[in-house]
Amino acid sequence: MASGALLITTAGIRARVVTKVLPWRPSEVYPVTPVVPGGCLFFTAAEAAIVDALIDRLIPTDELGAGARDAGVTTFIDRQLAGPYGGHDWLYMQGPFAESPLPSQGLQSPLTPREQYRSGLAALDAYCRANYGGCGFVELSGEEQNKLVGAMEKGEARLQSFSSQVLFSIIYSNTIEGYFADPIYGGNHDMVGWKLVGFPGVRYDFRDAIERPNHSYTLPPVGLQGRPAWEVR
Amino acid sequence: MARRLPRTDVAIVGLGWTGSILAYELSHTGHDVVAIERGPWRDTATDFNIGTAPDELRYAVRHEFFLRPRQETLTARNCATQEALPIRKWGSFLPGNGVGGAGAHWNGQTWRFLPDDFRIRSHMIERYGEKILPEDNHIQDWPVSYDELAPYYEKFELVLGVSGKAGNLKGKIQTGGNPFEGVRKNEYPTPPMKQGYAQELFTKAATSLGLHPFPLPSANVSVAYTNQYGCTMAPCTYCGFCERFGCANYSKSSPQTCVLPALVREPTFEARTECEVTKVNLSADGKMATGVTYIDANGDEWEQPAGLVLVCAFSLFNVRLLLLSGIGKPYDAARDEGVVGRNYAYQTGGGSTGFFEGVKFNPFAAAGSLGMALDDYNSDNFDHGPHGFVGGANITCAYSNGRPIEYHPTPNGTPTWGSAWKKAVRDNYQKVASVGAQGSVMSYRNNYLDLDPTYKDPLGRRLLRMTFDYKDNERKMATWMADRCDAIIKAMGTNKTQVHSLNGPWSVVPYQTTHNTGGAIFGDSPRTSVLNRYLQSWDVHNVFVMGASAFPQNAGYNPTGTVGALTYWALDAIFDYLKSPRALVPS
Repeated sequence: MASGALLITTAGIRARVVTKVLPWRPSEVYPVTPVVPGGCLFFTAAEAAIVDALIDRLIPTDELGAGARDAGVTTFIDRQLAGPYGGHDWLYMQGPFAESPLPSQGLQSPLTPREQYRSGLAALDAYCRANYGGCGFVELSGEEQNKLVGAMEKGEARLQSFSSQVLFSIIYSNTIEGYFADPIYGGNHDMVGWKLVGFPGVRYDFRDAIERPNHSYTLPPVGLQGRPAWEVR
Repeated sequence: MARRLPRTDVAIVGLGWTGSILAYELSHTGHDVVAIERGPWRDTATDFNIGTAPDELRYAVRHEFFLRPRQETLTARNCATQEALPIRKWGSFLPGNGVGGAGAHWNGQTWRFLPDDFRIRSHMIERYGEKILPEDNHIQDWPVSYDELAPYYEKFELVLGVSGKAGNLKGKIQTGGNPFEGVRKNEYPTPPMKQGYAQELFTKAATSLGLHPFPLPSANVSVAYTNQYGCTMAPCTYCGFCERFGCANYSKSSPQTCVLPALVREPTFEARTECEVTKVNLSADGKMATGVTYIDANGDEWEQPAGLVLVCAFSLFNVRLLLLSGIGKPYDAARDEGVVGRNYAYQTGGGSTGFFEGVKFNPFAAAGSLGMALDDYNSDNFDHGPHGFVGGANITCAYSNGRPIEYHPTPNGTPTWGSAWKKAVRDNYQKVASVGAQGSVMSYRNNYLDLDPTYKDPLGRRLLRMTFDYKDNERKMATWMADRCDAIIKAMGTNKTQVHSLNGPWSVVPYQTTHNTGGAIFGDSPRTSVLNRYLQSWDVHNVFVMGASAFPQNAGYNPTGTVGALTYWALDAIFDYLKSPRALVPS
């Protein structure tokens, strides 16, 4: 991650060699690329519609404010799946993959998040069409969707060729991530997740709050890109 | 075929706390030092920049600063009859990577172990008789005493600028400090941090119960500080992004803030990053190290000859490197023979969470080491006779963060999604405080590390295999400690509490702690230890191994303070060794 410009390199060694000076230049940082809303990089339109409907059950829009769908969480998940997370690029994915791992041994599936969504959403839609008179998940009533999501959480919905519990679990954790992550990633639009709980974001200095124990903190939240009120119009 | 480089006096494997301190001290005294680090170079200005650092998703959830399991992981199982499987995604613990190592992403809780911890076996037998020791234990006295290590603890605390309140100054007990601690010669380098409202309640409650609360010793410094290396720190701002993050404020002690700015100016020091040491090379008779072999970022192999090899990687990877290099006899649990991989230990967790009414705890105003602690139930500070377990725990009421992806507590019985969940998340964010017990783990015949027969890293080298579970002794202790925590939190003013202890087998999934200890322990005999009391290999006397891998068993504390003290303790021995290379303790 360090600049090569100030490096004094021992001839022949193809490594980053650091000696005599710290190897960085002013203003050299590694920011993330802000997500631009609109369209999908990974999901098909049909898949995005199912995710929209599903995450709207998990964190609904209600009197407490926008839910996951309205906070842009589908876009968040889509962009995450298009990046290194979606391919489990940083994880240990060498075989052999055990047939019956113990729960205490954690993740042992060869399926990447992209594969889990692609197969899982297809299996869910097929299940709905077979059991709800040809209707897909998005066409079910809110009550039917809630019932089905509850059954998926417990693993009681028997999808063909995919575990409903695995599908629930990945969508659930990605939804929580997207709802509460910095808005730079496409979800948590207008910092709704942070406002819900009263998290002031990345102010990075709460000495004022520490000085006033058991008092409300009243400053509005700030994200990595500031907040809407700061934008040049 | 590895190409051979010019010889250096000292080769250091890994540039975290221990590696950077030794590199500074040895290059400062004129030795040629090459540090080889498999991760990238990292600096505050570039990598922990305030515009990018406070990013929960990137660092806490996606683990950007941690070792990527793709590069190296371990396999894990609870007992020898199970098949170990790779930890494909980190959970229970999070090994660091890159310059700074775990010292860049830690919380900064900087403890001294208690005097009794260093002679726990003898002490427990003297007070309670042999029968108190658990079945199949490998509990050993440390080969150094608290009194021997005390000056080195102080040296490390001065480098970090640790904030705290002494409880025992030259034998005189001090109000507001830890009355159980070993003797300190001086106050902490900087005064304690400010505390939040939950800590205020904890302090009152604990005091009313006859306990002795004190501020957690913190390497998130309370005031501006300049250490003996000339490195300057700024006061902590309670930003709530410590653990799993680098500090953008130069407030959290790390190799980056406290050592590297001085180290990099030493003309005889050189770091090579993104270079992975694959083994320590030995002479034909196996009695001396000749240097190390490493693979650079392009996949080219190099041999770095060295007069002295200092193994300074994370504890688990020290053990693996020794096994892959053939230094020391590998531990064989079936026969209870050998030493490398023996006495792996960990830490117990547990405690009680309280849901309060009419409070604003502001959990986001936090720091990795913000909190109050008490040691009334640690080590042998209380009578173990009625309880039948060995060990103890440090009890804390701490807030490290209120980052909402991972912190949005709800009471048991709350639905996990939907409007009712959303309401509970909103209603409880400000109202939850926890009292936790971080306990010791003893060493046992059946908790150990060795090489996995099946799974390999991308270079084709066998992964380390961890065989570990909590034993009855630790489970009994954790349950008892959780009840103590529950009594305190109830005294803080709520009856709505949830007690948590060790349930089921140890699992790789939920985060527990990165306090992995043992596997390359130091001791008085080469039959039961890898290293002598100076952290020098019994078998290869120009190899020293730093880190918590040296702990014979783990105490009820975070390990870094003791890791730092041992580094300075070993450094004195290394200076002596360089004058006259030899086994410093005859075997």
